[in-house]
Amino acid sequence: MAIGITEDRGGTPVTDPALAVAATAARRGRGMRLPRSAKVLTGLGMLLFFLVLAIVGPSLAPDNPAASAVTNVALPQPPSAAHWLGTTQQQQDVLSQLLTGGRSTILVAFVAGLVATAISIGVGVTAGYTGGRTDDLLSMLANFFLVMPALPLLIVIFGFLPRSGGSNDLLIGLIIAITGWAWGARVLRVQTLSLRNRDYVESARLIGERGWRIIGFEILPNLIPIIASSFLFTVLYGVGTYTALAFLALVNPNHWSWGGMLFYAQVSNAEVSGYWWWFIPPGLAVALMGTSLALLNFGIDEFINPRLRAAGLSRRRAKKAGQAVPPRRFVLGVTPVLRPSGPARVRSLP
Amino acid sequence: MRVISRRIAFYILTAVAAVTVDFFIPRVMPGNPVDAVLANMQGTVVTQSTRRALELQFGSGTTEGLWGQYIHFWANILHGDLGVSTSNGMASVTSVIRGALPWTLGLVGTATVISFGLGTLLGVLVAWRRGSWLDQLLPVTTFFQAAPYFFLAFLAVDLFATKLGWFPPSRAYGQLDFPGFNWTYISDVLDHALLPALTIVVASAAGWIVGMRNVMITTMDEDYVLIAQAKGLPRRRVIWYAARNAILPSVSGLSLAIGFVVSGALLTEIVFSYPGLGFLMLSAVGQSDFALLQGIFLVITLAVLAANLAADFVYVFLDPRVRQEA
Repeated sequence: MAIGITEDRGGTPVTDPALAVAATAARRGRGMRLPRSAKVLTGLGMLLFFLVLAIVGPSLAPDNPAASAVTNVALPQPPSAAHWLGTTQQQQDVLSQLLTGGRSTILVAFVAGLVATAISIGVGVTAGYTGGRTDDLLSMLANFFLVMPALPLLIVIFGFLPRSGGSNDLLIGLIIAITGWAWGARVLRVQTLSLRNRDYVESARLIGERGWRIIGFEILPNLIPIIASSFLFTVLYGVGTYTALAFLALVNPNHWSWGGMLFYAQVSNAEVSGYWWWFIPPGLAVALMGTSLALLNFGIDEFINPRLRAAGLSRRRAKKAGQAVPPRRFVLGVTPVLRPSGPARVRSLP
Repeated sequence: MRVISRRIAFYILTAVAAVTVDFFIPRVMPGNPVDAVLANMQGTVVTQSTRRALELQFGSGTTEGLWGQYIHFWANILHGDLGVSTSNGMASVTSVIRGALPWTLGLVGTATVISFGLGTLLGVLVAWRRGSWLDQLLPVTTFFQAAPYFFLAFLAVDLFATKLGWFPPSRAYGQLDFPGFNWTYISDVLDHALLPALTIVVASAAGWIVGMRNVMITTMDEDYVLIAQAKGLPRRRVIWYAARNAILPSVSGLSLAIGFVVSGALLTEIVFSYPGLGFLMLSAVGQSDFALLQGIFLVITLAVLAANLAADFVYVFLDPRVRQEA
């Protein structure tokens, strides 16, 4: 057990009361923060980049995304000094389309994520807290939405929607949210069920706190990691689904989005003709946006279940930090502690 | 078996709800679907009976009440009558779907089974070798998971079909007419199916890998695994004991993921011009062939529900605890 167990918070008893308070404070401060792994930092950085892109992207675009450059060539042109990411069949600037398309894609995804999370909190927490007949009905509803294949349903809905509805970001996000809330509701319900019977909730009930207060102040704060995780998951779902819908031209492809660019690329057989500069940028943007959300979600997973975190510290970094080097392969049945936690740091204080 | 009968009851109810949704969507959406369909049929002679059939299908211009229409809708479905497909020369929707269904079942079904098996195995391996270079696999799989299926299909076509020329870029077979089930035909079909199937496998395996790894890591901390290790069982046996238990959440997750995988696979078909349901659905949307669209939605939903039921059966079979609770 030379893997740093002695440096764990249980290792040295903290005697000084002031230090003990500091230790608790430090621990609490740590508790609310995500593990600062490379994954989380990368994910956060990428997500911020995309958010900034959504805000300033359209004004950075060098050209109008729909405008055709006046040339005498009829084929998509590879990247050049004039068009950094090349041009489309209609000689439109790919970079401008990419910068303009980000806003709609990200906006729809976040609207879908917010609305779906709100629904899933409402349904999941209510079902878990009230139980009984209400729980049965709400769980049934959630299960129904879970097993329905979402994309075919969305295709039918958007297929019947008049074309004018296809360029309203809020409406699109709302419709996607209808198909994306069920998973979060299910997870939240299970967690609420387990919280409902904890002693502190029981005592709050005995004191005579009202139901909404117990839900709002005792239960919801403990659900925050799960809510955050389900929000990120739904935003990820929203990005993918909106891109798919735009790719199918179910939303107006001239309402620029990354999926719409892929639609035009597909229509012009860009993948068979080798016009990689046309379909790689939007596809890569969607994939990287999704990766950033998934990385953040990993961080939250590791926060909820510290066992998953054990692989976080590489041998090289550990050596550099002067800490015990983790073994190449972990022993069964033991999750090693790889980082010194709160009090270990407190100890070095004067 | 109370568990099984309860699951069957749930799926029957869900199927009824799906049919109901299918019935209501054209009726609650703004706009008149009949006009949209007819506007797309320019060039063909629209007889009075065609118009009448469409109106009955979408519930406009009929004096029958909503309830009567609903009963009528059910009666048609139970008789296997899903209406006529305007984009396929007024052929019956059932026959059009029957032509495309085998391609989708073959491609998506095989690819999903392979990706589940492969992903689970890899997940066990990654969990077992936690802390080794295999952990680097995770960010890579995350990327594949986050990328839309059809974008990976784009990359696959560009790289393996256009640049390298290893696979045909599109369609399900090379010949124009059906030569019979001889080896030339079968190998041709396999040749065309390989690239789309690989795309689906690569895109969907990531989810199974991560899921299996996370459960496996938790399972490896259980006492019985430690004991198995301590009493000197061969490593392979220990892994087997742990994996057998860790696979349960993956199987129960299978039923939830099927819908997602099928959705992605339908999009993959479109990129490869593979003549399955996804491709058919796109052309139905493009030509406002609503009857076909509704029919495909129904068939896909029922297929996904059936797959869910099968996954639930497997789960009940694998986990005796579920059986005992009943």
